[in-house]
Amino acid sequence: MRNRFDRQLEQLHEDLVHMGGLCKNAIGEALVAATQGDTEMAQKAMEDDAKIDDMERSIERQCLNLLLQQQPVARDLRTISSALKMISDMERIGDQATDIAEIARFLQNRHETTNETLHTMGGAASSMVGQAVDSFVRRDIELARKVIADDDVVDSLFDHVKEQLIGFIAKNPGQGAYYLDLLMIAKYLERIADHATNIAEWVVFSITGTHEG
Amino acid sequence: MIKMTIEELHLHYGEFHALKGIHMNIPANEVTALIGPSGCGKSTLLKSLNRMNDLVEGCRITGSVRLDGQDIYGNMDVNDLRRRVGMVFQKPNPFPMSVFDNVAYGPRTHGTRNKRKLEEIVEKALRQAAIWDEVKDRLHKSAMGLSGGQQQRLCIARALAVEPEVLLMDESTSALDPISTGRIEDLILELKKQYTIVMVTHNMQQALRISDNTAFFLLGDMVEMDKTQKLFTMPGDKRTEDYITGRFG
Repeated sequence: MRNRFDRQLEQLHEDLVHMGGLCKNAIGEALVAATQGDTEMAQKAMEDDAKIDDMERSIERQCLNLLLQQQPVARDLRTISSALKMISDMERIGDQATDIAEIARFLQNRHETTNETLHTMGGAASSMVGQAVDSFVRRDIELARKVIADDDVVDSLFDHVKEQLIGFIAKNPGQGAYYLDLLMIAKYLERIADHATNIAEWVVFSITGTHEG
Repeated sequence: MIKMTIEELHLHYGEFHALKGIHMNIPANEVTALIGPSGCGKSTLLKSLNRMNDLVEGCRITGSVRLDGQDIYGNMDVNDLRRRVGMVFQKPNPFPMSVFDNVAYGPRTHGTRNKRKLEEIVEKALRQAAIWDEVKDRLHKSAMGLSGGQQQRLCIARALAVEPEVLLMDESTSALDPISTGRIEDLILELKKQYTIVMVTHNMQQALRISDNTAFFLLGDMVEMDKTQKLFTMPGDKRTEDYITGRFG
């Protein structure tokens, strides 16, 4: 029954996983660029962002075609409309990874104790993105709820970084611009986690038909 | 407000159990769509609402169908029932007579003879059915010359001419092109202000566009009835979900 439609939905899932993977790559590369001053990695993050933009257009086209041709209802309608919303969040994640990579180019290979917290934040945000997409494909509501809960972890890491940086600026006001760049990176990571949370909220909607929270 | 109430309705065609204990409330001035695969009992239920099944040999009905609280299978006059609960069929079936006589047929049968009164009734019904402008200059020509879409609207006008309270529509747009279908859908939305409408449709998008409530039938059972928006976004029963998403069977 509806074999072609089911195949198209499978393709949609595969493409979302691929786009989610590109997001994770871009975050990882941007983070290495920022913390290790690796400009090559900054370039890679930007290239992945361009691929993410292409994927967004391609998935958007698929979703519009599915709406037009299959006139989905019930679970299918929720899946496709959620996918359409999710790719906007993923596209923003790509942009924010690029923003981090751009800042990284001005950091000139400097290392601070903040780096460790940034790494932890980046790892947590990246894993939230991956799990949010996985929860959609596997229709795993518990995993989606875990992603939503993990946002608090990233938020408190951001507060921690902020406090550290305030301390550094107080001790070394001449380096204020540099520390503000680090704060920007932390803020972008915090925003990435917010987008992952949005994705997970759409997953919950696609399963239950209602928004939680 | 509830216009019709169905309770524990069983219907047999000979040995075949076509409706299995249906319970249903049909709200007044709303459009209620009946959906389900062929042979599920939805048209049978529709016909039970104005006793069209009485004409079928071997048909046995138990349970009750009430119109404004009055049992239609009790001592209600069948002609009176069919005046109050009109029906429009899948294929337009104008009588081989003029447009005017088609619409005037019902009122004449129910005793209206006054020519001016009949003219008033015919014009009003044709206007309500959104076909007056297209036929006002050819009222006395044969209805058989009209297009399919016009014929169907004429049949709706014919049903409206006896001022029914409930209008039953059995796949009334399935034989029409999208433009005629669109006109009739607009018409249904207009008519529900005044009438209670129950429609059988195989077109899910149509049920979504114009009905307020949808009931899903399967093998003689009513699986669920809910607000249309709810039923098509978050159905309560897996069988409904499988059917409306095209994964039934």
